Amino acid sequence: MSGNYYFAIVGHHDNPVFELEHSSQAKGADAKKDDHRHLNQFIAHAALDLVDEHMWTTNNMYLKTVDKFNEWFVSAFVTAGRMRLMMLHDVKNEDGIKNFFQEIYELYVKNAMNPFYEPNSAIKSAAFERKAQFYAKKYLTG
Amino acid sequence: MSRQSTRSTDSRKVSQELFTLTYGAMVAQLIKDYESDDEVNKQLDKMGYNIGVRMVEDFLARSNVGRCHDFRETADVIAKQGFKMYLGISPAITNWSAAGDEFSLIVESNPLTDFVEIPEKHGNLYYSNILCGVLRGALEMVQMEVKAWFTQDSLRGDNTTEIRLKFIKRLEDALPAGEE
Repeated sequence: MSGNYYFAIVGHHDNPVFELEHSSQAKGADAKKDDHRHLNQFIAHAALDLVDEHMWTTNNMYLKTVDKFNEWFVSAFVTAGRMRLMMLHDVKNEDGIKNFFQEIYELYVKNAMNPFYEPNSAIKSAAFERKAQFYAKKYLTG
Repeated sequence: MSRQSTRSTDSRKVSQELFTLTYGAMVAQLIKDYESDDEVNKQLDKMGYNIGVRMVEDFLARSNVGRCHDFRETADVIAKQGFKMYLGISPAITNWSAAGDEFSLIVESNPLTDFVEIPEKHGNLYYSNILCGVLRGALEMVQMEVKAWFTQDSLRGDNTTEIRLKFIKRLEDALPAGEE
């Protein structure tokens, strides 16, 4: 199952606050993935408008799949503070992605309580990245 | 005049987060204003000192302990009653020096540092340095000059948080000039 995932947290000015790539298959072509990185950012950015439209139509924070581009699906999760968690994926793993979003949301809230974190700034904490990768491995494979 | 302890658990739970966030905002602002970690440490110590000299009166009134006969008793009262009353934690007392004038307080969970992660460029910051000031101020009001400092800090990567307290000397009350 070739599950490739690109996850980004987008701030209020459409700036990426955090990015994470994850693949459920064994590491094959890393170079190929770097090439796709620009495309992933482009797809996520293009989907932001749809997310903004979508979020007013529902009470839920989890917006499921908002957009599709070639073979990539875009799922989104909007927090109460309008931070948009975007997930690009090529397999349909709804439950896994929903759980992943929930965990990252909690992680983000705890990070936001840090008095040294400027809201909307890039998240540079190594602990945050580690935990995000852990959750990615836990929920986004299989 | 007696305190209402019925709503204590719930309202205190909410205000603990407020307290933590307030302290965090204050430290973050100090860093923005002073920019040097050492300067911020000094300011936190000064603030703590001012809190301590006032807090000790409140503490003695509420806890009803008598005068301590030696430094060991002082250590016990600080750890088991002082910290418990104001922060809700009970640090452990260890590492007594040979002369009995220095000891360590091991703080397991510090409510001031919930959710806090110090960014790398402030590696010299002692985030909870206000506690050292509080101890120094409070003990100075009961005629003991002490020195308090952090030997380990879990925010800096150590396993635990350890405050070392050293007794310097007993202060004699100096009468103001003009009195007998």
